[in-house]
Amino acid sequence: MARAVTPRRRLINTILAWSIGLLIFFPILWTILTSFKPEGQAIADPPLFLFFDWTLENYAIVQERSNYARYLTNSIIISVGSTLLGILVAVPAAWSMAFVPSKRTKNILMWMLSTKMLPAVGVLYPIYILFIKMSLLDSRLGLVIVIMLINLPIIIWMLYTYFKEIPAPILEAARMDGASLRNEILYVLTPMAIPGIASTILLNIILAWNEAFWTLNLTAAKAGPLTAFIASYSSPEGLFFAKLSAASTMAIAPILILGWFSQKQLVRGLTFGAVK
Amino acid sequence: MATQHSRSAARMMMAPAVVLLLGWMLVPLCMTLYFSFKKYLPLRGGDLGWVGFDNYVRFVSSSSFWPSVYATLIIVGGVLAITVVLGVLLAILLDQPMWGQGIVRMLVIAPFFVMPTVSSLVWKNMFMDPNYGLLAYLWRFFGAEPVQWMSQASLPSIVMIVSWQWLPFATLILLTAIQSLDSEQLEASEMDGAPVISRFWHIILPHLSRAITVVILIQTIFLLSIFAEIFVTTGGAFGTKTLSYLIFQRVLESQNVGLGSAGGVYAIILANIVAIFLMRIVGKNLDN
Repeated sequence: MARAVTPRRRLINTILAWSIGLLIFFPILWTILTSFKPEGQAIADPPLFLFFDWTLENYAIVQERSNYARYLTNSIIISVGSTLLGILVAVPAAWSMAFVPSKRTKNILMWMLSTKMLPAVGVLYPIYILFIKMSLLDSRLGLVIVIMLINLPIIIWMLYTYFKEIPAPILEAARMDGASLRNEILYVLTPMAIPGIASTILLNIILAWNEAFWTLNLTAAKAGPLTAFIASYSSPEGLFFAKLSAASTMAIAPILILGWFSQKQLVRGLTFGAVK
Repeated sequence: MATQHSRSAARMMMAPAVVLLLGWMLVPLCMTLYFSFKKYLPLRGGDLGWVGFDNYVRFVSSSSFWPSVYATLIIVGGVLAITVVLGVLLAILLDQPMWGQGIVRMLVIAPFFVMPTVSSLVWKNMFMDPNYGLLAYLWRFFGAEPVQWMSQASLPSIVMIVSWQWLPFATLILLTAIQSLDSEQLEASEMDGAPVISRFWHIILPHLSRAITVVILIQTIFLLSIFAEIFVTTGGAFGTKTLSYLIFQRVLESQNVGLGSAGGVYAIILANIVAIFLMRIVGKNLDN
């Protein structure tokens, strides 16, 4: 793959790509830097890049004022819970479509994908009213369910494309040797499928973590995750750039790190296998 | 081959997923359809009876309908244009040999992992604030009058923020597609002395056409329903009320459920038109 180029050309590529990369990353870098500034220096003119009085006070203030820990817990419960619940439902479905396909398999897959295209705002009121009726409004359980449902098609699709890559002859050999369906899934399929399942989990935790339609509309103070926590900073209040930055950094750091690990799966997961 | 036994087992294993998705799709959809034919004001009298297609007519004839179509088109069109053009260029650049390619790629895709409420508020305040934002500082540095981004250039501001969020997605997918391009083919054309521009038009772009289509379709579906980016920046003021934001306001803010539901049905139809094209491409891929 590596094409031979002159060192000069390579240098130009490197400089150009790094400049653009840093430019795109800059807002995130700036947010992280600002989170360590005293509030007064956050709006200094000219802006201070590295030589300011580094401090952690913003983090303490944010935690104290709006109970960051509770929102973080909600985010973790909602994203991990909805993903694991989704996996539980999706693994058997994807397994059966990948290994016991019927004439309708393709149609079912396409139909599942089509449910993902339903615009959330089109069903906002029904979900809202159902949530009130079932007293799920502002509850973690309600959000776990809704976010599981909106991501279920992606989970099934990703698992399906991974399972498809497992060579069928191996499974058939196990079947010939008299392995029961249960044993076949448990001892033959699962070990081979673990990498695929792991990347599916990773990508869906990211998607659930960042979901910002249902989390904003269906929660208030009790079950609100970090998306809602940040939204509470939307009305400006005197000097607040450093505090906003600290809150933002805490909200994105965990998922940014996870995201960097899941780059490759991102493409497969978000294009439903159309680009690999 | 699969036995009768494994077939029925397979059907059982699929059942939970199918039932859940079917319920998730049908129940709210039927309710939206039901409400859309009613005059339904939960806070002002509740259910006031059937009104036929009244809501559908009123939704499109209200004074905020066409501005919302305009805002939607500008945002979706603007973001698509920016992310696809820059995405292609960036993907080609990232495909070139260089030092630290992996790190550059991480820098470029990072914005995709930033939650919409964070990126919107960071841009709105720390960059676009007319007094203390970095852009205001930059403008003053060059002796220009700082722009009141969120009020005077509200749509371009939102297009900028959303493009920043989606550029990584486009770049990453196009980069994946470029990397599958046969490098021998490229080298051959390089040796033939084909100029860079013609190589781009005749080899790279045709190869990318499918990936570009996928990017456009998937982004359109997501962009049609952006919400948080407007919710935390302008709250729909200054001409940034998109179609989905208008529906949100009708349903939850003014609690005119019938009218909002009719709008919701329009949104569902619109999304489905886009979805049909996407599904066709995905479906073709499934066959081979």
